[in-house]
Amino acid sequence: MQELTFVYDADDILDRPIHVGVVASGDLEIVMLPDPGRPTATIALRTSVDGHGARWQRVLDRFFEHGAFRARYEINDSGATPGMVSLRLGQARELAATNPPPAVAP
Amino acid sequence: MSARIRPAFSQLRPRQRVQALLDPGTFREILGPFDLLESPHLPRQGIVPQSDDGAVIGRGTIDGVSAAVLALDGAFQGGGVGEVSGAKLAAALERALDDRRSGTPTRVVLVLDSGGIRLQEANLGLLAVAEIHAALVELTRHGPVVGVIPGPVGCFGGMGIVAGLTSHLIMTRYGRLGLNGPEVIETEAGIDELDASDRATVWATIGGAQRVTTGQAEVLVDDAIESVVAAAHQIWRTVPDAHPPRAERIDQAQRMLAAFDHRWRPTPAEFTAIVTREVP
Repeated sequence: MQELTFVYDADDILDRPIHVGVVASGDLEIVMLPDPGRPTATIALRTSVDGHGARWQRVLDRFFEHGAFRARYEINDSGATPGMVSLRLGQARELAATNPPPAVAP
Repeated sequence: MSARIRPAFSQLRPRQRVQALLDPGTFREILGPFDLLESPHLPRQGIVPQSDDGAVIGRGTIDGVSAAVLALDGAFQGGGVGEVSGAKLAAALERALDDRRSGTPTRVVLVLDSGGIRLQEANLGLLAVAEIHAALVELTRHGPVVGVIPGPVGCFGGMGIVAGLTSHLIMTRYGRLGLNGPEVIETEAGIDELDASDRATVWATIGGAQRVTTGQAEVLVDDAIESVVAAAHQIWRTVPDAHPPRAERIDQAQRMLAAFDHRWRPTPAEFTAIVTREVP
């Protein structure tokens, strides 16, 4: 297991916590907690696959290129591919932007 | 005419399973993913933890009556119960027990999808499961507790005992119930005893249909959300509060044991024939 941290500039206000995914083989879990007081998205990542820091950096750089929520991200990864990671990040962002929040858990 | 594909209960995530079993809009989660109450033991062993430690504790109502619906996440660590997830389950059951003792009718449903105790947490998992067992024994003295085994993991080990301590078990054909899982039996007793890769034999021995036919579980349902939810609600509508828990129905087990010579290894079909004769 490897722990990595990333910080991005963020402007958008997150009005509720978000949870998607599962720590199952080839998948990952993302928890977003609102952090309106700080102009950043802070990502605390734990991954089961060591040595892919540069790959994570590229996937996250591309994802946060066009804006980010002011939030604390907890990402628990169980060997998801970069494509899977992008899908889960997109799912979390879509949920965060859905108003009113959906009635059924993701 | 076009066939409509009905969404499967076994394909739902545990949080969605809990929501489906509770009245719409009443789900309230206790110690959910945003509380980040994860296992302190897994990261120290190099294993990535999960924010809810694989247990969902829901309160809400079923048919307007106060309810506790608890679900294990079979996708995380095989649904294995650790110190934290076990404590969440035990505390939720103890709270339901307090409610029942103080005269508040409380419906309790467990969605079991678990290989048993999480081996990485060893004795701490065992202790938590012992607390769950004790709470269930007491809880079933005050009314029914419904277990649901939807699959795909099934229900084994200490959680297999939990299934045995409920008053009603609902299973799909996809679900399996046992003490030792097939892989464990093959590893410990040899491939002559059981070939765990032989799915037909495994399901004929411990699958939902066989468990219901032989009286080890009460209700066999289609793996459709509406069927599982309807079966659970039906139990609460029709069963008197005094229904005995499964663990107290020992004459049935004694008749079954008496009918067997331990040197004989019956096929699943022979086993069914004997059990349905001895335990009508």
